[in-house]
Amino acid sequence: MSLIEKVTATDTPLLTVAGLTKNYGARIGCADVSFDLFPGEVLGIVGESGSGKSTLLSCLAGHQRPDLGQIIYDGQDVIAMSESARRRLGRTDWAYVHQNPRDGLRMGVSAGGNVGERLMAVGARHYGDIRAAATDWLGRVEIDADRIDDRPRAFSGGMQQRLQIARNLVTGPRLVFMDEPTGGLDVSVQARLLDLLRGLVRDLGLSVVIVTHDLAVVRLLAHRLMVMQGGRVVEQGLTDQVLDDPQHAYTQLLVSSVLQV
Amino acid sequence: MNDATPEPAYNFAYLDEQTKRMIRRAILKGIAVPGYQVPFASREMPMPYGWGTGGVQVTAACLVPEDRLKVIDQGADDTTNAVSIRRFFARTAGVATTTRTTEATLIQTRHRIPETPLHAGQILVYQVPIPEPLRFLEPRETETRKMHELEEYGLMHVKLYEDIARHGQIATSYAYPVKVSGRYVMDPSPIPKFDNPKLSGSPAIQLFGAGREQRIYALPPYTKVVSLDFDDHPFQASKAAHDCDLCGAKASYLDEVITDDLGGRMFVCSDTDFCTDRQAHGKRGRVSAPVSGDAA
Amino acid sequence: MYVAVKGGERAIDNAHAWLAEERRGDPAVPELSVAQIREQMRLAVNRVMAEGSLYDPDLAALAIKQSRGDLIEAVFLLRAYRTTLPRLASSNPIDTAAMAVDRRISATFKDLPGGQVLGPTFDYTHRLLDFKLAAEGSVPPAPQSPATAAPVPHVIDILNRDGLIEAATPDDTPDNTPPPDLTREPMELPAARALRLQAITRGDEGFILSMAYSTQRGYGRTHAFVGELRIGHVAVSVDIPELGFAVEIGEIELSECETVNQFSGSRTQPAQFTRGYGLVFGQSERKAIAMSLVDRALRWKELGEDDTGAPAQDEEFVLMHADNVQATGFLEHIKLPHYVDFQAELELVRRLRADAITLQEAAE
Repeated sequence: MSLIEKVTATDTPLLTVAGLTKNYGARIGCADVSFDLFPGEVLGIVGESGSGKSTLLSCLAGHQRPDLGQIIYDGQDVIAMSESARRRLGRTDWAYVHQNPRDGLRMGVSAGGNVGERLMAVGARHYGDIRAAATDWLGRVEIDADRIDDRPRAFSGGMQQRLQIARNLVTGPRLVFMDEPTGGLDVSVQARLLDLLRGLVRDLGLSVVIVTHDLAVVRLLAHRLMVMQGGRVVEQGLTDQVLDDPQHAYTQLLVSSVLQV
Repeated sequence: MNDATPEPAYNFAYLDEQTKRMIRRAILKGIAVPGYQVPFASREMPMPYGWGTGGVQVTAACLVPEDRLKVIDQGADDTTNAVSIRRFFARTAGVATTTRTTEATLIQTRHRIPETPLHAGQILVYQVPIPEPLRFLEPRETETRKMHELEEYGLMHVKLYEDIARHGQIATSYAYPVKVSGRYVMDPSPIPKFDNPKLSGSPAIQLFGAGREQRIYALPPYTKVVSLDFDDHPFQASKAAHDCDLCGAKASYLDEVITDDLGGRMFVCSDTDFCTDRQAHGKRGRVSAPVSGDAA
Repeated sequence: MYVAVKGGERAIDNAHAWLAEERRGDPAVPELSVAQIREQMRLAVNRVMAEGSLYDPDLAALAIKQSRGDLIEAVFLLRAYRTTLPRLASSNPIDTAAMAVDRRISATFKDLPGGQVLGPTFDYTHRLLDFKLAAEGSVPPAPQSPATAAPVPHVIDILNRDGLIEAATPDDTPDNTPPPDLTREPMELPAARALRLQAITRGDEGFILSMAYSTQRGYGRTHAFVGELRIGHVAVSVDIPELGFAVEIGEIELSECETVNQFSGSRTQPAQFTRGYGLVFGQSERKAIAMSLVDRALRWKELGEDDTGAPAQDEEFVLMHADNVQATGFLEHIKLPHYVDFQAELELVRRLRADAITLQEAAE
């Protein structure tokens, strides 16, 4: 199903954000952010450091409490939810890919254990099946099956990141938050990871909110784009439109400063 | 057998009535929510933390003058810790004591469940060092409380998974975690996993006291207790592949005793009362020894 | 022929008898009296009272005699005794501003109202073993001067007048409910400041000292100055409902330390110094100062500071491991028989080795 079909197939957004605001004392974290996200859609949030994109992501994922605004996921009010309900969401319907894979993996647990954990958390009780599912997913993220019993400490940065992705996607979440998933990886590794992500998003019909300062990432992955500066959204729209025909001065600056290799 | 007359300076069973009331409330909460760790204000006792103060406080709160108390450690009535605790209650409560499991109304135990099946009306009190089954996977109490609240036990199974991946089998041999009434994961205290099946469906009340960690938990009679495992790596209550050399018992947990410095060994029932009783009924093992000499 | 081992009771009795002999030591040497310990080992008595959470110098001295000088064992004895005591009443909060000070110093001011009063301190002694003490002799009386009845205000209050230091919050509880009693209720985390202070004041002096030291060495720096250290006697009063007023029931010796720490502030909030607080039974200076450093370190969250990951900032780590009676109990319990569990481990290792060797042989 193409994106158009998917988007028009459901006219209810999976995620609705309205007037989201978070301050740190006198300093603005993010201010008055609103958007809708539909099933199967990838939304990119770009801006330099300090633009408020990380604060925004952190509020969306329930890691921080916003000062103002609403977040509605699948008809449920996320902010009004109890902590236990939010945590449950975080291990079933939602996934969070950290910039540093160490934050999203259990470094002392084998690759297979890392991938199997979410399955076991929702009741998987057959060792053989769990191991088979883990092997399958390792394959999907292009990690050799014979590394299933190795600890992530022994993996390269790119491999750790791919493992983190497998660990998050194994239970079929609908909404994935990604915080600079290619940060800290060298260029060729990044390219491979982005390709992988694009395939997975398409095959699984994932909705994704991806925060990055790298325009190449959004160009490849995101259907829509939000540009942030000083905590506010200064421009948003279809990725290609925004990048090819930026309206806001800051967006123009961003786009023009990207080295065309 | 009645060891001594109670010390007049102390309240019955040492604890004051307010404290007993507080502990009983905690016990009742524990029985109402099987396997859930109830916080309680553990008192300083005359024996050190880590030496059974939790069990002693639970026992003290439960005892009535008509009780018949048995105290075992490692399955034996005569190990020093059991002796010390039995004496404590003889001094402060004056209750009758016994070594016979069948005759006891309340049994305090460290690290074993008696081989003789318990009957309705008996109370089994376990001494617990670390009540939290997730403690060594997650050191923070604030985090493990949430995990219990939200039934987030994935980490527990990850540990079992890792064992199988690494060793080919689950590498926990004692303090083997269990699921109680399909809800709470519980640490049954450091009993060998061989004893785990006895936890389930017992007619007795089972109470668990952790003094230093300040937690009480409980299994009401006839509670379903299941040891954690995988469908294709089912739990096995294993023991040494021997019979008792004294009484010939095939299905009792055994202590290994080194008999000479050439590595000679024999295996003897850990439950001394069980073994003695079998021998008294004519059962014999490989080493046909008479029943051991009287207590000093 | 194997005979099951018996005689545990007799062994214990014999052990206790020998212990009593060792406690007495050489009978030719005069026996130590409780009064001697109380008078001449006063700092040990103070420590036992502080960690035992019971102010009674005679009982503490007895506990030290019974424990053969093992202070943690003495603390244990005192606490176990305390458990049996009935609770008659709770005293009113004591007023340390009204303390009859024996010793009072401040590192933040050269001079201050009430003066710098050195008191009976080791601070300026040269640590040379004094062999004259090996011979018993009389001590010449120290010079005297009349006691001043002048008030000795807390120096922090002077800073407070200009708003230079944060207000001493009466408690975290907004509605003035009394702080929880750690000896009556289980510790629950996260803990309010009152509960933390309770746990620390009765925590092991060595542990609290090390935690405080770590903050000075970079594990969560708080830039502490000793604003005031005062040691002396404070009256304790209890409300008598039948009389309708409070009655003074006695006085206790206390050490109180208030530290002045790193200032906080922002563009909207003017800079202020922050506080650390320590209060301990008896003259227990080291403990009072250490306590105030650890108190301050644990306040990072309410002061909006960063968690640098320092152990002294980790509330759970500090509070769960400060109690030396719990700690030693658990540590020493590994001396108890564990052979049943060990047997289980032995069987497991044997089985694993057997499997591995079988695999090895099959491969060859």
